[in-house]
Amino acid sequence: MLPEEIKKLIGTSGKVQFYEVEKGAIRRFADAVDDDNPLYYDEEYARKSKYGSIIAPPGFFGWPLKQTRGSPLAIDIPMELESAFERAGYPLSLVLDGGMEYEFFLPVHAGDVLSAATAVRSLRERTTEAGSIIVAFLDTTYHNQAGALVAKQQAMFVRRSLNPLPKEPADV
Amino acid sequence: MSEQLYWDNIEVGLEITPLVKIATTQMLVKWAGASGDFNPIHYDSAYVDSVGLGHVIIHGAVKRQWLIQLLTDWMGEQGSLKKFSCQYGGMDYPRHMQTISEPQAGETWLCKGKVTRKYVEGDLHLVDCKIGLENGKGEITTSGRATIILPSKTTSTI
Repeated sequence: MLPEEIKKLIGTSGKVQFYEVEKGAIRRFADAVDDDNPLYYDEEYARKSKYGSIIAPPGFFGWPLKQTRGSPLAIDIPMELESAFERAGYPLSLVLDGGMEYEFFLPVHAGDVLSAATAVRSLRERTTEAGSIIVAFLDTTYHNQAGALVAKQQAMFVRRSLNPLPKEPADV
Repeated sequence: MSEQLYWDNIEVGLEITPLVKIATTQMLVKWAGASGDFNPIHYDSAYVDSVGLGHVIIHGAVKRQWLIQLLTDWMGEQGSLKKFSCQYGGMDYPRHMQTISEPQAGETWLCKGKVTRKYVEGDLHLVDCKIGLENGKGEITTSGRATIILPSKTTSTI
């Protein structure tokens, strides 16, 4: 059974967060995965392109303007959801990234400030050999400073439980 | 960057130009700093032992960005990525460093894909693809799908 305090968060949204898309942050993001596309770092090249200025690789939405000090993740999971998971025995230390889905509407340019709201779309509990897990789908919508829709994102996370099921006695 | 790809030249079944990638422990540290994912399972061997994993693991998001680069390199500057999805099906482990800048010999990854559909929707010339990341043993550890918009030689897009 999905713990009640987690279940009641389905359909709720976290606070709107703001992300600044800095030129240097774009460069480091692309460099970290060895993507040397000049649109991500060469001003002159980007100016002459159809984009007119440096853009971010699809999948980069900037760095949070306001960040929780000491947090192991710069990108926020809604605070209410995170603390409910912790209390129910599904700690952040046992989170696994399950996958990602994007729909892109507009390019993200260096200098943009994006607003993002994350909603809890679904939470499903499953029992596996390793114990109870919760599969969480979180929907995030990004808008730019002009109010235009930039991208929709659907992230899948797997939360494992601190209390795995007791092992079945081995067959003799 | 390769030459511009045109919708007119695409056929279902066409293979996307593969992209070869190598992940190192150094890359994962850079990625942690660049992406904001500081989970120690990606860089701290002692922590990894304490939680019962055998080895530091590659961030799923690194593999995601590799697959995105596979598409952006292939579609060229006039193309754009409309939809992308990926699921992480297996863990991957980075190479250790041999020198301050060179990795040890070891595993190499291959990003690859195929065209599954070619169609027009409104003014847009679209191509759907199936994509995947193959590890050194030939197993697909991340798989996904994408839709890209390509320029067409026969129809002006402006």
